[in-house]
Amino acid sequence: MAPVAEEEAIKRYSAQNPGVNDVLADARAHSTGTTKDHTMVINMGPQHPSTHGVLRLVVEIDGESVVGLASDIGYLHTGIEKTCEAKFYQQVVPLTDRIDYLSPMSNNLCYCLAVEKLLGLEIPERAQYLRVLFNELTRIQSHLVWLGTHAMDIGALTVFLYCFREREALLRIFEAVAGQRMMTSYFRIGGISLEPPTDLYKDIRKFLDTMPSYIDQYENLLTGNPIWIGRLKGVGYLSPEDAIALGVTGPPLRASGVDFDLRRDMPYSGYDKFKFNVPTSTDGDVWARYEVRMLEMRESVKICLQALEGLPSGRIVADAPKIILPDREQMKTQMESLIHHFKIVTEGFGVPAGEVYQGIESPRGQMGYYVVSDGTAKPYRVHMRNPSYATLQALETMCKGKLLADVVSVIGSIDIVLGEIDR
Amino acid sequence: MYDPASKIAGFAAVLEAQPENASVKALTALAVDAKFDRNEFTFTVNRENIIEAANAVKAAGYNFLEDVTAVDWYPSEPRFQISYHILSHKLKERIRLVVRLSGDDANVDSIISVWPSCNFYEREIFDLFGVHFAGHPNLVRIMMPEDWEGHPLRKDYPVEGYR
Repeated sequence: MAPVAEEEAIKRYSAQNPGVNDVLADARAHSTGTTKDHTMVINMGPQHPSTHGVLRLVVEIDGESVVGLASDIGYLHTGIEKTCEAKFYQQVVPLTDRIDYLSPMSNNLCYCLAVEKLLGLEIPERAQYLRVLFNELTRIQSHLVWLGTHAMDIGALTVFLYCFREREALLRIFEAVAGQRMMTSYFRIGGISLEPPTDLYKDIRKFLDTMPSYIDQYENLLTGNPIWIGRLKGVGYLSPEDAIALGVTGPPLRASGVDFDLRRDMPYSGYDKFKFNVPTSTDGDVWARYEVRMLEMRESVKICLQALEGLPSGRIVADAPKIILPDREQMKTQMESLIHHFKIVTEGFGVPAGEVYQGIESPRGQMGYYVVSDGTAKPYRVHMRNPSYATLQALETMCKGKLLADVVSVIGSIDIVLGEIDR
Repeated sequence: MYDPASKIAGFAAVLEAQPENASVKALTALAVDAKFDRNEFTFTVNRENIIEAANAVKAAGYNFLEDVTAVDWYPSEPRFQISYHILSHKLKERIRLVVRLSGDDANVDSIISVWPSCNFYEREIFDLFGVHFAGHPNLVRIMMPEDWEGHPLRKDYPVEGYR
């Protein structure tokens, strides 16, 4: 196509899609030394199977190589942060599940820890251990979805079915403890909602005993596979400096050679009592991210086993009757408990004024909840720092100068969840 | 339970309590207010000094910008509080920088020259709070549609939207 005709086409396209100019401005602001003469702009998504949700990418290509890339997000924006301001503190917990629907327990935990920090609540050890146990199971579950969909994007369809088989076992465990498979809302401010059924520990142990052999099975299917190696090795390189500058966290950061994990370096919820390794790699490519996540799953299995071994007995909620709903039996027999129950449900509980930021290591990276209280029963402001949101900014750096087909591979490797990007 | 008396307010008091802390040292000349509450440092700086303050803490080892967000204190003034959460990989510590902006002149310098990762965060604040970041290369809406009116996370914006 002649350059003039192409300019015309872009103009026409832009007139129909007013947003595209801004997005392209973003793409061009970063691209240097490229002329528009030979390039073409293509639209990828929002309805595209390998964008893992409703991510829209505007890709500027020169032949097969990517010269500019901009992401257009917001298709799933539901204003969760605004909704939080209209709810009592305890009513926010179910909203946090919906942010990252692949790791609901991480979101529950991060929010609960933030509010507990505001309140200055001490959480019993048993609740801490159970929180760690279910967080690590969530990490395995989330990584299984990542592996399955990532492999499916590359063309290895079988792995997807195997991953979802194991994920199903985990979802059954979640259902047994929380009554829900995905939107668990299992943790509460001050502890956890219910004691898990006693025979469930047997199921969890059975799962943990078999999981390493399943991971071997996935690795047998993928690690030596020449197509898998060809599509992953050397693709989507991200230097450690770029990773830090662009706000990348979690497995992609560790795959770039930065050895930082909040679980080990700034422990929360009793993680300092557990022994585990933090896998890292210095390659910084898609393959390194694959390796790091596979090793992370094995480490999570170890942490879960330690949590099961050392699970202390005792209460699962803190001793704070004005914040935690009373036991059902007590509520029916004791006036005091009935009053507390009535007050918590109808008018919530006041939280001392102040602001806190609580960070945790979610399966995708560093998640953070910034909660501001003005002393009332509703949060004044809740802000979520979601790992995918920041990691998405690095997409252009990883894709630029590479082939268009590699974009799919790179998107898979950063494991984005659009629910938490758009909130 | 949280004891309000444990809060240390004012930069002089924080300096006295934590004289060896790297962030306290780095911001001695720039912080106009500070507090140490619930084991978190908060430093307030003037809006003209935000880039300088960001560079100062970066030089002191706080290398990773984790989050930027805003709080709307409507109807009190100064209305907007911009909170920057900065993490140090080496010191394993997090600090919060705060800039306060008045409602009729909600404008602050972008720190994109210090940390490029603030790009999306500043766009989000511009979109949802209507705060302008001078020097941002592409300050356009990110969550809401381009033709949206108003800034949804402002406190004077109704939860159910305008009807």
